[in-house]
Amino acid sequence: MALTGIQIYKLLPQTNCKECGFPTCLAFAMKLAAKQAELTACPYVTDNSKKQLEESSAPPIRLVTLKAAGGEVKAGNETVLFRHEKTFYNRPGIFVQVKASEGADAIKAKVSAADAYSVNYVGIDLAVDGYAVIADGGDFGAAVQAVRAVSKRPLILSGKSAADLDPVLAILAGEKPMIHGADATNWDAMADLAKKAGASLALVGDNLEALADLTEKIKGKGVEEIALDFKAPGMSQHLALSTQVRRLALKNFRALGFPIISFADGDNGRDAVFAAHAIAKYSGFIVLPRFAPELLYPLLVLRQNIYTDPQKPIQVQPGIYEINHPTAESPVLVTTNFSITYFSVANEVEGSGQPAWLVVCDAEGMSVLTAWAAGKFDAERIAKSIKEFDVASKVSKRRVVLPGHVAVLSGELEAELPDWEIKVGPREAVDIPSFMKQAL
Amino acid sequence: MPVEIPKDKWPGKIRAVTLGAIAAEGGTRVKTVTVGGQASLPFMHFETLMPNKPVIAIEVKDRKPDDWSKLLEEAWGDALNDPGAWAKAAEVAGADIIMLALSVTGADGKPTTPEVAVAAVKAILGATGLPVIVNGPGQVDLDNELLVPVSEATKGERIVLGVCEDKNYRTIVATAMANGHLVTARAPMDVNLSKQLNILISDMGMPADRIIMDPTTGALGYGIEYGFSVMERLRLAALQGDAMTQQPMIVTPGFEAWKTKESKVGEGVPASWGDWKERAINWETLTAITLVESGADILVLRHPESVKRVKAAIEELVTV
Repeated sequence: MALTGIQIYKLLPQTNCKECGFPTCLAFAMKLAAKQAELTACPYVTDNSKKQLEESSAPPIRLVTLKAAGGEVKAGNETVLFRHEKTFYNRPGIFVQVKASEGADAIKAKVSAADAYSVNYVGIDLAVDGYAVIADGGDFGAAVQAVRAVSKRPLILSGKSAADLDPVLAILAGEKPMIHGADATNWDAMADLAKKAGASLALVGDNLEALADLTEKIKGKGVEEIALDFKAPGMSQHLALSTQVRRLALKNFRALGFPIISFADGDNGRDAVFAAHAIAKYSGFIVLPRFAPELLYPLLVLRQNIYTDPQKPIQVQPGIYEINHPTAESPVLVTTNFSITYFSVANEVEGSGQPAWLVVCDAEGMSVLTAWAAGKFDAERIAKSIKEFDVASKVSKRRVVLPGHVAVLSGELEAELPDWEIKVGPREAVDIPSFMKQAL
Repeated sequence: MPVEIPKDKWPGKIRAVTLGAIAAEGGTRVKTVTVGGQASLPFMHFETLMPNKPVIAIEVKDRKPDDWSKLLEEAWGDALNDPGAWAKAAEVAGADIIMLALSVTGADGKPTTPEVAVAAVKAILGATGLPVIVNGPGQVDLDNELLVPVSEATKGERIVLGVCEDKNYRTIVATAMANGHLVTARAPMDVNLSKQLNILISDMGMPADRIIMDPTTGALGYGIEYGFSVMERLRLAALQGDAMTQQPMIVTPGFEAWKTKESKVGEGVPASWGDWKERAINWETLTAITLVESGADILVLRHPESVKRVKAAIEELVTV
């Protein structure tokens, strides 16, 4: 955890020389704590203080990066336990697992399909981040080659012994993969391998004291980028360990200040459930046992949702949007500028095949009901948007459709827009197409 | 290396609330369900054990709904036409509680009558021994018109009447108090509004252990992060000792998920959304799991397969 202004002050010369540009050392310390000043501005700070301050300003959870020609995945650098305290920063990387025993052809087919996968959510294209290749007895080199033949995305190589993994690293020259599977028995060779390959290293174990010992030893061998895999038998233990590690890391317990890697598994949708749990609670890398669009799509969306900055809801620009080439005869629909709201409505109108004008009001990025409850989406604001965007000049029929959730506003809106007809639309976007066919 | 596990010790805890009354308590339920009572954040068993685990309510209607997904119609079949049979099927599917959501209108398009509402509740009480929640259609006048007779006809059953909102809670609270029932209190995704409504309801004389709060949530992809964070904040406030945020929480992932396009429809959607049924179940299940992690005590679901998966997940999460 970063030091407070007072803690920083104690490490400064306390001479109030003003050479840093601030009137007192205390003022400078406060600015440092708020990250509005740089320590280099102080010419007199001792080397010892400098070291302490640098250590304390290092992020409590080490940033771990996987890199390949086809992309980069970062996890770590998180600073809070709850997203509302600030935000979660680095969305967990989502990897699809392939086993060497599946055989090169099956692996190629699976990875090709996963690599081609892309799904659009509120205007953002989401995809798989990479693959985890498991050395489970089959031809591991052929498996890695099969993946590389069809995908350039970052890889996790998982095996029990360094000897299994070593030969394939030549295939990944120039990349930053993750090597998975270090534990008390093999950490030495695994760390050497990670060091040689420039890879990060995932450490497996469910005892925090043992894990902390091992991370120190691995760091001693020059491998700084480490991830923790608890291999917990159930979600309860996984949640406890994940929470404990996050709490310890935020208290500056450096030996466990690393991102968590979690393997989702189980039948009957348990893999989806476990992965969702891992997204909500602190995992930095998540490996799925299979590729299936109906599994990926909800998980990728959940990851977007949980890692949205709570202070900055995703918004779209207020304005008048043309959908399906509207004419003067086309209807006018109103909604808010919360991105999820906008995309739900716009997609439905577009899908209906009918032309329309969509007026997006500035509701400070809130959904219809929330904005209405907060007084950010009322008759006055809607009327203001209609006038500001000069909607009257675009249509011959002065008729505006309100979202069903704010039907109560229709009276007030009539008063605000006396020469317009006010119509109440459906409450949910999904019902817009049938409404447009029947009522407009 | 010695590791000192950081444990939170909270001054406050969640209120335990019991739904349903058995014969000895003046009701006819075969069993009751108690939720709440936690003194730690969800599933932090290394701090304190969870006295009551999260439970599942299955939503049923007084008549076959007009606008439910075909997947739900397939799952429940003929039971959709009979609230008693539906409740029985829900119990078999693993429900801990039955939630009856009254319709705005009958199949004939006319507003639901008190007779229909009371008959549906009685049918459910007769068909199952589980505790029951009864929600009005969500229109102020109609809610009051239906919930009062339901409340009177089920005196002593400790059913839960809902939904109290700031614009309409007095009538529902009054009838719940007079007939020994509980209420749900719903505020729109806001810690202070939730707290305020709990205070207003308590101020009428309703004991706090008869209020369950609904913080309002969005579905996965449709604002779930707001509900998630509001619930985490409510839970933290409660544990820090803020008495009027210490109610157990009820959430409605079934309702939320099944109104999204991802769950509701199988045609005219991108191929990248994948298999419809599995996606729909995932949508409901993942919405529910995310909310369980943020503190939900009662999850109202719709699809039996989601019920199975969420129950299995809860079992894993409560395993010490």
